[in-house]
Formats: sequence, C-alpha cells, structure tokens
Amino acid sequence: MIKGKVWKFGNDVDTDQIIPSQYLLLPNVEEMKQYTFEPLDENFASTVCPGDIIVGGENFGSGSSREQAPLVLKALGISAVVAKSFARIFFRNAINIGLPVVICKEVYDAVEQKDTLEIDVLKGTIKNVTKDRNFTSTKLPAHVMNILEAGGLIGFLNKK
Amino acid sequence: MGYTLTEKIIMRNTKKSSVTPGELLNVNVDRVMVHDIFAPFVVEKFREMGFEKVWNPDKIVFVYDHLVPTSFIEDFRHHKIADAFAAEQHIKAVHRADGVCHQLMPELRYVVPGQVVFGTDSHTTTYGAIGSFSTGIGYTEMAAIFGTGQLWIKVPPTLKFTINGELPKGVYSKDIILRILGDIGADGGTYKALEFGGSTIKGLSISSRMTLSNMAVEAGAKVGVIEPDEKTFAFSGVEGSQFQDLKSDPDASYEKVFNYDASTFKPVVACPSNVDNISDVEALLGTKIDQGFIGSCTNGRFEDLEVAAKILKGRKIAPFTKLIVTPASRSIYAEAAKAGIIGILVEAGAIMNPPACGLCCGRSGGIVSDGERVIATNNRNFLGRMGSPKSEIFLASPATVAAAALEGKIVDPRKYL
Repeated sequence: MIKGKVWKFGNDVDTDQIIPSQYLLLPNVEEMKQYTFEPLDENFASTVCPGDIIVGGENFGSGSSREQAPLVLKALGISAVVAKSFARIFFRNAINIGLPVVICKEVYDAVEQKDTLEIDVLKGTIKNVTKDRNFTSTKLPAHVMNILEAGGLIGFLNKK
Repeated sequence: MGYTLTEKIIMRNTKKSSVTPGELLNVNVDRVMVHDIFAPFVVEKFREMGFEKVWNPDKIVFVYDHLVPTSFIEDFRHHKIADAFAAEQHIKAVHRADGVCHQLMPELRYVVPGQVVFGTDSHTTTYGAIGSFSTGIGYTEMAAIFGTGQLWIKVPPTLKFTINGELPKGVYSKDIILRILGDIGADGGTYKALEFGGSTIKGLSISSRMTLSNMAVEAGAKVGVIEPDEKTFAFSGVEGSQFQDLKSDPDASYEKVFNYDASTFKPVVACPSNVDNISDVEALLGTKIDQGFIGSCTNGRFEDLEVAAKILKGRKIAPFTKLIVTPASRSIYAEAAKAGIIGILVEAGAIMNPPACGLCCGRSGGIVSDGERVIATNNRNFLGRMGSPKSEIFLASPATVAAAALEGKIVDPRKYL
C-alpha cells in the first residue's frame, strides 16, 4: 500500500519540465534531482517529502525519451505518479525503474494540493483519505506488473 | 479481416499470421540506435543486468549528435565511454560527427522498410516514413535489448490520415503535421500508430515524409508509418518485390480515419509552448522574433535548406535578428555547399552550425535568454527547450522561418515564393 501527500500538476507535463535537458549530463541522479520541475516550481525539489505522490492530468511525461524524468522523481522519494493518461515512453520508463504509475481519470478533479492518497496498485484502488472518497484505477497487465514488482527491469531480468 | 501497415510490419517480424490491437508480444529487434547523451547509461545498465556480450554487434548503431561538437568539459566523457564499449563489443557503426541520428539511420540505410527498430530517443518514429516500425525507448530497455535482442510491445490501434490533392504554394509537410497535431492534440495519438496516406503523401519526397513521421510522437504516437513505394525502395536501395506485404489492406480496421483535402492547408505555426497550439500564419503577422532556427531531424534536409535559400537569395536578414542554420547531416551539408545554397544563406546573414542536434535540444549553438522569441523548424516548443524558460518558441516550416528572419517578425512566406 502506498500512502502520501499530493503534488498536483496540469495536463501535458513534458519531460523538459520534469528535468530540463541542461541537467541531463550531471554525473548522477543525486545531483540532478535538485532541479526536478524547476521550470514549473523552483521550490519543488527542496520541499517535496519522501512518500509524496504526483498527480497529473492528461499526457503526463510527454516529450523526450529521457529516463531521468521518472528517475529524479523516484530519487526524491516520490512513491507513485497518478495521471489521467501517460505518454508512452515515460510510462514504460517508470515501470522499468520501478516507479509505480497509476492511470485514473476520475481522481484528478477530486484531489487538491496536499490531500493524502492511499493507493493499492495491485488491486487498482485509490482512496482520497482527506476527502474520504474512493476510486478505481486501470490495472496493469501481468507482465508489466511483474516488472514493477521486481523493482524494475534490472531486478526482473536478474530474477529470471 | 484485413490488417493495417503497422500490423503487417509486426506480423512480418514475428511471423504471426494475425495480430490484434492491445495484444502484448515480443518482437525481434532488427536494429537499434543509441545517441551520445544516453550511451553511458545504456552501458551502465547493460553491466548491471549481468550481460557480457551484446546479442549482435552489427545491429547496433551509435550516433554522436547531441554533444557534437562538445560544449562542456564533461561532454567528452560520453563519447569516451561509448567508444570504449564499441571497441570491446566489436560494434563498427559509430558515427562521431556525421549528423543527427534520425537523419543518418535512413540515409545510411541502417533502417529499411519492414524493419522493427528502437532508439533511445523519442523521434525514432522518423523511420516510419520508409515503412518501418520504429519508436523511442529508455536506456534501461535499450540495455535489455543489447543483451537479448528482444522487446515486448503492445500492438497499437491505428489512426489513419488520408490527404488527397495538391498542396497550395508555400505549404509543406511541416504545415500538414502541425495542422494534424492541432486537430488531434498532443495526446491524440498516445499509444497509437498514425498512418499517413493518400495522393498528397504519395507526391511528397522521402525527406518531406520524414517530417510527418518525425512529429508523430508529438501526438504521443508509438509510430508514424507511411506505406513504402517506388520512391522508398529507391531511397533505401532495396528491391520492391520483397516488400509487397507492406500495404494496408482495404478492409483493415482503423480506430479512426481522418480525411483531408490538400487544398485546404495553409502555412501554420505552433505557438508557445505546446506543439498542438496551432495558429494560421496570417493570425500572427507582425509578431516580433529575435532568432530563426532552420535545422534538426524534422526539417534540416536538403530541400529545407533549398527553400530557405530561395527566399534569402540576394537579401539580408533583419538587423538584430539571428538566423541559425544546422544541416541534418554531413552529406546534406556537403551537397548544399556544392549547390551554392550554403553561400546564399551565409551571405544573407545566417550562422552555419555543424550538422548535429545543436539548438533543438537546447545544449548549444544559439541558446536563448529571458524574453527572446525564436521561430524554428524543429519539433518541440516546450518551455525552456532552447534555453531560458522565459523565452518563447514558435514552430513552422523552413519557408516560414526564412521569411520571418528576413523581416524580424512573422510574415506570410508566400509573398517570397
């Protein structure tokens, strides 16, 4: 079970907004993560807490194939990203690094900044604890769920 | 029941006699491309996965383009790591300064029709223009392909775009794809295949078709395919008779079909800061711009430089306006130089940058600062893409960009054609 405080963003949050390309060459994700969401909110990286949850609208993670986009979120301790829809490459990259990505159309309008969500990825349920409302999310195909449960593609391949 | 072109390519690859949208299956990868930004990460993940030898060194292509020429001391580390890995694994296809990956892959025939190809870059969709299934992935998945030669995919449903008739003067494939993006939105094709067809598409050069497939990903699409024809076979140096299966069946099932009359297209511009924020050029006349950019894997080909030269010949760009021109490959650059095009551009005031990604990925060659406005031929106008998040980027065809550079403001390119 995932439980955390919400950071809410809009539609079409692209990978250049999540981590601008000028930071992609920093030697490691620890240095990179302080610039997460810099174009949208300069204080995000310094105020986000481990366990927090990102909520996005349509087409979250559009744009480039940079795997650093889900990676900086994971490095900051983000426990899940919930969105109405995801861009394809971001979605695959998140699964491959073991960051839970949850598709749910309904929760977006029923959640505010700093609300607390409880997510069960396996069951496909989301609860807004603050507002005491329940939602269902799209379940992941078994093969994809196996990768996520192994903590990502490396864990999955090593297990195999 | 019939199949779409995308399904036919997947069937060819998997030797299956039928596939259905939504089905998950493993494909055998025909070719992969890794560019310099992500090469060290692919190598690192490859090792973490415990692999020692790549599945087939002849199917791997390294292209150095995002960091060419190097701009920062740290950049070279990427090339050094990739060079060492290529030597260790006997990977021979390493392009160190030959152009942008998405231009080189089809141009040098690393990709031919009917293949399944992946690259560590979202614009890998470009090769759909020659009838291949090609798309972008992250570096961890690329490392898994390096080790196994396989990847799982979900068979996408197809949106078909049929465009018939003759394009009006001053309208190019860039205007077609921008209008389509405006119509379906930046997520209108998420997880889907886009297929472009009709007499207008048939009439386009391979270069122009690549512009369409390149930007398919801007609608979130997995691939953007075009049925290969005689032009394609000649371009790819293959025998057409071997590829007769690469046609959509008349009774193929599409999620949706969009029909366009080519005569209704106009020069258009994508306004800041989304690719689907489309406006007719006529609605933006007089919008001041500080810099033009002609280049990238979207529109840095010979015909793009040629139309810019046609507009700029014997003229000078506006005072206080910069024009950056970046050919998409070394061979395009050389060809344009021989044809006198580079001379015309330089005399008009253009700054020539070496064939690489340059400004498009915001790493070098014309970075913009607060308050500056760019009109560019590349594929993304995201916030901060070319430098400051307080700058603005408009996207348009090479003709529209060249005309804007002449006057220092957005103008109708048709008056110069």
